[in-house]
Amino acid sequence: MADRTLQTTAPGGKPAGRRPFDLKRQTGFSEIAWFCLFVLYAPIAVLIVFSFNDNRSVTLWTEFSLRWYRSALNNQGIQNAAMISLQVGAVATLVSTFFATLAALATTRNERFRGEGLVYAVINQPLMIPEIVTAVATLALFALIKQLTGVGGIGYLMLAHTVFCIPFAYMPIRARLEDMNLTLEQAAADLYATPLQVFRRITLPLMMPGIVAGAMLAFVVSFDDVIITLMVAGPGETTLPIYIFGQMRRGITPETNAVSTLIVLLSVVLVALLFFFGKRRR
Amino acid sequence: MTGDGAAADRTAGRSDRAGAAAIEIRRVRKVFGSGQERAVVALDDVSLTIRDNEFFTLLGPSGCGKTTLLRLIAGFEQPTAGEILLFGSHLEHLPPHRRPVNTVFQQYALFPHMTVAENIGFGLMMQGRPKREIDETVRRMLALVRMDDLAGRRTDQLSGGQQQRVALARALAPHPKVLLLDEPLSALDLKLRKEMQIELKRLQHETGITFIFVTHDQEEALTMSDRIAVMSDGAILQVGTPREIYDHPARRFVADFIGEINILPAELLETREASGGASARVRLSSGQVRLARLPDGPVAAGRVNVAVRPEHAGLQPAGEGAALTGTLSNVVYFGTGTHYHLELDGPGGEGGRFVVELQNRLGAGADHAIGARLGILLTDGSLQVLCD
Repeated sequence: MADRTLQTTAPGGKPAGRRPFDLKRQTGFSEIAWFCLFVLYAPIAVLIVFSFNDNRSVTLWTEFSLRWYRSALNNQGIQNAAMISLQVGAVATLVSTFFATLAALATTRNERFRGEGLVYAVINQPLMIPEIVTAVATLALFALIKQLTGVGGIGYLMLAHTVFCIPFAYMPIRARLEDMNLTLEQAAADLYATPLQVFRRITLPLMMPGIVAGAMLAFVVSFDDVIITLMVAGPGETTLPIYIFGQMRRGITPETNAVSTLIVLLSVVLVALLFFFGKRRR
Repeated sequence: MTGDGAAADRTAGRSDRAGAAAIEIRRVRKVFGSGQERAVVALDDVSLTIRDNEFFTLLGPSGCGKTTLLRLIAGFEQPTAGEILLFGSHLEHLPPHRRPVNTVFQQYALFPHMTVAENIGFGLMMQGRPKREIDETVRRMLALVRMDDLAGRRTDQLSGGQQQRVALARALAPHPKVLLLDEPLSALDLKLRKEMQIELKRLQHETGITFIFVTHDQEEALTMSDRIAVMSDGAILQVGTPREIYDHPARRFVADFIGEINILPAELLETREASGGASARVRLSSGQVRLARLPDGPVAAGRVNVAVRPEHAGLQPAGEGAALTGTLSNVVYFGTGTHYHLELDGPGGEGGRFVVELQNRLGAGADHAIGARLGILLTDGSLQVLCD
């Protein structure tokens, strides 16, 4: 008895022969890690390297050059497609983040209500149903509406994007709200803040990192979408991924590499911004 | 440092406003959940009056309803039935932001996206006070809690004790009519807790605000309070000054919950009224008769329980008219005093245990050996009759 007490209180004393489980110490850990990193990043590395290739070929390196960037940036088709992508992405991001914020507040800041599980399922529906099904269904519905009303335009594409962006925006916002201490809002109310002031001064600033993360996720998802866009987009509504997709069917050129590299750069900048924004808030 | 002047002020203020009720709780009932099985009665028909400028403590084990009562006063919960009055005006239908009371939360609940000064000024800003007044009050509050040089800090850069002070300053800044404190010291270590006990007492002195303090720590309650309400199972068992609660517990639960106590069976012989409170002659199991103090509540005739604090009893040689006799089974020395554990003689061989606490004096050795037969000395008035 006395011995055991001595042993456990000895400075730095660990129970002998038993090391806590540590994943990093398992055999093959670093090999698997390196393999995963390689599989993930090797294709992107190759893409970026060959975007600087002077040659027309995407497999044969000759000499460093920026000519494909020049040609990509001067390409009217790419410029138009990028503009469409940005417009659709911006509208879809703003609208979906707005609704996702409301939905997240309703599902975390209210007493549980009947059918809350159903609401959750409906919000996340775009994640559950195969995208091709949603795409065909959306196409059919929009065709019907267009026929009945005679109204066309890019609004349909923006609406379709908004819908599938909502769950992506919703998830980080909800996670943030669930992490947040409810007592903070009570403390603000206790200090004479009206419900609206509590929201503006406490809830909104504290959920902001979640909203920003949700908005960025929504933008990336919208910017990246092919299947639904392919079905819904009308003439003159070609987004960047659709344009690249079309170009590739006529053969890959380093111009495609250059455009893709620029997109990678854009996402890196976005993620970096999010990171610094989050750090500053902490 | 604020010494005599403040104390005199306080006494003067006291006599002016003595008797004014800051908070009146009238027959409040709170039931959580609905339906027969899931309903939980947190408070059952509770009535209580808390006086102005009082340091009032709600004391009880977890789940006794003390925090629920505090949250009802703050407005975070609505009473199922009953009334809550603040200086005579009804509170129960006002939302929290329209009640002139502030809360210090158990985990402080400081706003993480604001500085210390912004936290303290929040209540005043929400009240729409002019900026100059806010700045001035924040400065005064920072000085009051001795945090002058930390105004610009973020709250996550503060230690537990500092966060505690900011939480206090934030709740005091709008000068509430009543300050509610929900176990604010429970997250601090022992040394800091002792410091903050004195600090809280000082703050209450200097501000003259009524404090309602919730705790499960009996020592904390005895040290700081003007009056204590002991709660159990959603009911208030006894309200009184620390001395009344400690020396004259009315119920078995109160006697057990606060400090150590001996409880003995006895027979109630006759009661008599006196100026210092009603008392009664009781016959102990040994046949000896003593004078015991009666509690305020109703007492059953015949068989009753009487309580004796260990330090209110003494030891004497067995026989010679000792109140009780027993065998010494254990001697526990604890520095300032010694506990003598006795197995009491009973009619059937087992009469229960009794603890006597004696002060240690320099040079006096322990003069009783384990196994010795001893008498217990109980003077008139050291016994307290319990209601249950």
